[in-house]
Amino acid sequence: MKSIKTLIAVVALAGLASGAAYAQSHEREIPPRVTWSFSGPFGTYDETQLQRGFKVFHEVCSNCHSLNKIAFRTLAEQGGPGFSKEQVTALAATFKVKDGPNDAGDMFERPARPADFWPAPFPNKQAAAAANGGAAPPDFSVIAKARTYERGFPWFVFDIFTQYQEQGVDYIASLLPGYEEAPAGVTVPDGKYYNKYFPGNVISMPPPLQDGAVTYLKGADGKPQAPETVQQYAKDVAAFLMWAAEPHMEQRKEIAFRVLVFLLVFAGLLYFTKKKIWANVEGHA
Amino acid sequence: MSGHSTYEPKSAVGKWFESRLPIMGLIHSSFVVFPNPRNLNYFWTFGGILAFMLVAQIITGVVLAMHYTAHADMAFNSVELIMRDVNYGWMLRYLHANGASMFFIAVYVHIFRGLYYGSYKAPREVLWILGVIIFLLMMATAFMGYVLPWGQMSFWGATVITNLFSAIPGVGEVIVSYLWGGYSVSNPTLNRFFSLHYLLPFMIAGVVVLHIWALHVPGSNNPSGIEKKTDKDVLPFHPYFTVKDAFALSCFLMVYVWFAFYIPNFLGHADNYIEANAAVTPSHIVPEWYFLPFYAILRAIPDKLLGVLAMFGSIAIMVVVPWLDSSKVRSGNYRPVFQIFFWLFAINAVILGWLGSKPPEGMYVVASRICTVYYFAYYILVLPLLGLFETPKSLPASIADSVLGRGGSGSAMASGAASSPSTKG
Repeated sequence: MKSIKTLIAVVALAGLASGAAYAQSHEREIPPRVTWSFSGPFGTYDETQLQRGFKVFHEVCSNCHSLNKIAFRTLAEQGGPGFSKEQVTALAATFKVKDGPNDAGDMFERPARPADFWPAPFPNKQAAAAANGGAAPPDFSVIAKARTYERGFPWFVFDIFTQYQEQGVDYIASLLPGYEEAPAGVTVPDGKYYNKYFPGNVISMPPPLQDGAVTYLKGADGKPQAPETVQQYAKDVAAFLMWAAEPHMEQRKEIAFRVLVFLLVFAGLLYFTKKKIWANVEGHA
Repeated sequence: MSGHSTYEPKSAVGKWFESRLPIMGLIHSSFVVFPNPRNLNYFWTFGGILAFMLVAQIITGVVLAMHYTAHADMAFNSVELIMRDVNYGWMLRYLHANGASMFFIAVYVHIFRGLYYGSYKAPREVLWILGVIIFLLMMATAFMGYVLPWGQMSFWGATVITNLFSAIPGVGEVIVSYLWGGYSVSNPTLNRFFSLHYLLPFMIAGVVVLHIWALHVPGSNNPSGIEKKTDKDVLPFHPYFTVKDAFALSCFLMVYVWFAFYIPNFLGHADNYIEANAAVTPSHIVPEWYFLPFYAILRAIPDKLLGVLAMFGSIAIMVVVPWLDSSKVRSGNYRPVFQIFFWLFAINAVILGWLGSKPPEGMYVVASRICTVYYFAYYILVLPLLGLFETPKSLPASIADSVLGRGGSGSAMASGAASSPSTKG
């Protein structure tokens, strides 16, 4: 009986594995794994990285991409980039938002306040598409969770235990520096670009980052906090986008640990209670 | 719900109330002194786990509904507001979304346990059919719940599934237009799905009451599959099974917490974080994992109507399982040949699930067809025929004997424990 079951299991696994291999050969390039401060059960955001990522977003990405669901105030909230309230108020004041109608019934413009949401670069989707060669740049609020690549069997099973869930940020961090010359035989239409990580490889977004395009704050030694390279910009802005998509991640993982420890102790107590209660029943351990 | 109550209220108020509404006596006889077979293993704890999950889903769901906006233009944004600005809104939403998956994990273990130990056989046919009805209601509820965030997968999943009904000859188009409330999946669809998503869980709760009522007439089946005969075969529900269920539930909750708090989006789909867009079709439209085996059956058949019939038939056929299985022996523990077919069936279901997540092309379709044939063959051929040809192991004389290792097959419990279902799809 045992051997038959083992045989069945082996045949089933072999079938799954060969299927996975078949699927794998048809995929685009897999983004390499990046070591993130926020991965794993005790992961937290790196404040300075989020601040750098925000700078990249602010100076480069936000010219075309909206961040509709993030209010300025969230930049000063716990578990985020850690800007001060004053910094956020000053930052918001550099933006103009439409408000109204006022008592006279007119719409008017006023400086943004921390409670306002990040203003979109274009008034509507059509305007965004028209200004960008027909493809509206996607909103960035949850994009780190809205992008992924297929892990395939058996990796997706291991991911449950290793808690690997950074496919989206890994993809973003690879995509931004992932532009290359199209290989021979691949024609890229005018106004489009070849990117080895983009699904289908033809992307409408021109390479957004160049080395040195964003100036990072200097450390005590007079050097920038992190290298001013496309690779580093991509990682930093990807980390920022992960925070934008999951602003309560730190709190979530903290609570998770506490709840798990509680349940572990509670289940342990119940286990021994159960043993005690069942001890007088003949034939049961 | 079974037998007469031995409950004696102690206080004057208790006596006064009990003589007017004997509900405490009902609870006492159903969940305190109720005699359960003493040999129930941990697969019998999933009923309690499911009851817990239903309550947890209703509580998180009711609070989420206080913050959610069922409108095509606002639903996606309102979910993000819950995630960001509602106090612990992220926790409610992740618990609710992952709770649906945990609910299905538990119900699949529960169903496979019933299939393995023959819990559907007389006199528990009605109990089993009520379970199938609960399963169908759960599927409808989960499907409509997945539409509510109004992401791309919500929208296109709703489009694909509602379109299935158009395959019904004659009335199909009318049914679909009623489901949609228009001529495509749009705001009226979202509105009615929200309404039904709120309604169905309470219908589930109603059928669960009937399910427990029907359970308490014959009492639980057990790993030996023989009915309880004497007091030696049973133990009172409290404290023996309350503490056992509580321990199992705590372990189950650890899994739930792991998913909901550490990898909350693992069981979801990235495309559902893109707002619904009728003009852009996702490259693969994939339902939630718990529907994948049925989705694979649907796509295995090239004809739309036949595919739909096969998909619904794959669930409907469970209703007649009590009459398809010809074996006189209930428990799979005493049916060596049955065990092989059963485990093949379980693996087959897992493979069907995996195939359901793959595009319907090439070898995936071929494999889906083979697995679909086995799925139905298990019910239509294996269960009716096996009972006629198989020689079961000899059964112990009583539940007590099976526990204490006396009687017919002394090692039945040991081998039963080793071969009891341990990995479920």
